[in-house]
Amino acid sequence: MIRCKDIHKSYNEKEVLKGISFDIDDGKIFGLLGPSGAGKTTLIKILTGQLDYEKGEAYILNKAVSELNGNDRKEIGIMMDQFGVYERLSCADNLKIFADIYDIPKSRIRETLALVGLEDAVNKPASNLSKGMRVRLQLARAFLNTPKILFLDEPTTGLDPMTQKLIHRIILDKKKSGSTIFLTTHNMEEASTLCDEVALLNEGVIVDSGSPKDICRRYNHQKKILIHLVSGNDLEFAHDRNSAEKICRLMDEGMIETIHSSEPNLETVFLELTGRKLED
Amino acid sequence: MKNVLIIIKKEIKDTLKNRAVFMQFAIFPVLTLIMENAIDIKDMPELFFTKLFSIMFMGMAPLTSCAAIISEEKEKNTLRVLMMSDVKPWQYLTGIGIYVWTICMCGAVVMSTAYKGKDVLFYLFVMGVGFAISVVIGACIGIYSKNQMVATSLYMTVFMILSFLPMLALFNESIKKIAKIFYTQQIRMILDDMSFDGLTLQGGIIVIVNITLAIMLFFLIFRKKGLE
Repeated sequence: MIRCKDIHKSYNEKEVLKGISFDIDDGKIFGLLGPSGAGKTTLIKILTGQLDYEKGEAYILNKAVSELNGNDRKEIGIMMDQFGVYERLSCADNLKIFADIYDIPKSRIRETLALVGLEDAVNKPASNLSKGMRVRLQLARAFLNTPKILFLDEPTTGLDPMTQKLIHRIILDKKKSGSTIFLTTHNMEEASTLCDEVALLNEGVIVDSGSPKDICRRYNHQKKILIHLVSGNDLEFAHDRNSAEKICRLMDEGMIETIHSSEPNLETVFLELTGRKLED
Repeated sequence: MKNVLIIIKKEIKDTLKNRAVFMQFAIFPVLTLIMENAIDIKDMPELFFTKLFSIMFMGMAPLTSCAAIISEEKEKNTLRVLMMSDVKPWQYLTGIGIYVWTICMCGAVVMSTAYKGKDVLFYLFVMGVGFAISVVIGACIGIYSKNQMVATSLYMTVFMILSFLPMLALFNESIKKIAKIFYTQQIRMILDDMSFDGLTLQGGIIVIVNITLAIMLFFLIFRKKGLE
C-alpha cells in the first residue's frame, strides 16, 4: 500500500532524510517514531506529494507518488497540524466544502462529526473550538471521504489525556474498517498502543523497525525481575531458573508488593540506539 | 467547473461572516447612494460622487479582497488542504476571481442607480473591465505574498496609487499627468464623458498596456511562486 525505497531529501545542502526505506501492508497502522526535527513531517510531505525529493522511490496505492491523479488523491486522507481550518465557518460548513469536492452525501457530515465527538459543535464556528476539538475537526476532514490511506502527523500532540484516548479510539476504528494508517508521533505510549509496526527515526535515518513488542524484546539485554517488597525494599533477580525458587518462596510468605520484568520500552530502546530522548 | 462553484459558495458563506471584507464591498456603494442623495452643491459636476467613488471602488475593493482572500488561505494553510483534495490552482483562482468580480459588479449596480437608460449598461461595462484588471492585480499580490502581513503592505500601496491618484488629479495638473498612465484614471475620463469619446488613442493604448502588464505579471508570479 505504501512503499519507500532509499528516499533522500535535503534542505539547503543539509540532508534531512538519508535513505529511508520501508513497506506498509494494507490495513496496518505504521508509526514513525522520532523526536522533533527527525524528519517525520518531511517524509509525510514527500509521501503525500507536497514535497519533491532528490533520490529514491515512493509509492502509494501501487503508484509512484508523482503519478497520483485526482481520483487517487480522493483515496488519501491527510491530517497535519499545519493544515488550517476555515475559522469563520462552522464545523459543518468546513466539512461541507470537502463533501462537495468528494461528492459525498451531506448526511455524512453529521455522521463524521458525531464520530469524532463533535455532534454538539455542528454549527459552532471553528474559531470558537478548543485545541482538542479543532484536532478532531481536522481528523473528521481527513476521513470524511473514507480514504484507503490516512496520514496523521502527530495527531495527539499537546492534547489532554481524555482527548488523546478518544482520538486513539477513532484511529483504531478506522483501522478496523480497513484503512491503512501512517502515523508520526514522538509519544512512545501512543506508538505502542496503536501501531502494528514502528520505525524509529533519528536525524533522517531509520535506526530500527518492527512491531513494538519485537523491538522491545530485541533490546531486552538485562533480563531481570524487579520485586518491591511489602517491607519497602527492592530486590533484583536474574531472569533464570535459580531465581524461580527464591521468588516462589517470597510469594508463599506474602512478602511481595509488586513484581515486574525489566523489558525496555520504545523510549529506552530509542535512548540506547541514539543517545536521545523521544520527547527531545 | 464543479470545484469553481464550490470555491464561490465557500467565499459567499465566508464573506457573510467576515465584516472586514463585507465592508470593503459595501462601503462605496452605500456612500455613493448617501452622498448623491444628501449633498447638492451649486455648480458641482453632475454625478460627481458616483464617478469619484466608482473609481475608488474599482481601485480598492477587488484588489484588496482578492489579495486578502488568497494570502489568508496561504497563511492558514487551508489552500494546501484544497490543493491536496484535488482542487486545481486554476479552479481556485477562477472561483475567487469570479466571486470578487461578481460581488463588485453588484456594488456597481447599486452605484449605477444614478444613471438612466443606456448609460447604465455603458457604466456597468466600463466598471466590469476595470474590476477585472483590479482582480488580476489583486491575485498577483495574493499569490506573491507569503502571508497576510506582506499582502497588506503591498495592496495598501497599490490601491492608494490606483484609487487616490485619479481623485487628486482633479485638483492638480502634475498629478494628472502621472495618473494618466494608470487604467483607473483612463476609466475615470471615460466615465466623465459617459462615452468612449473620452478615450483617446493614447488612453486606449494605456488601458491595453495596463491589461497586458497585469496578465503578464500574473503568469510570471504564478509560474515562480505557484499557490503553495
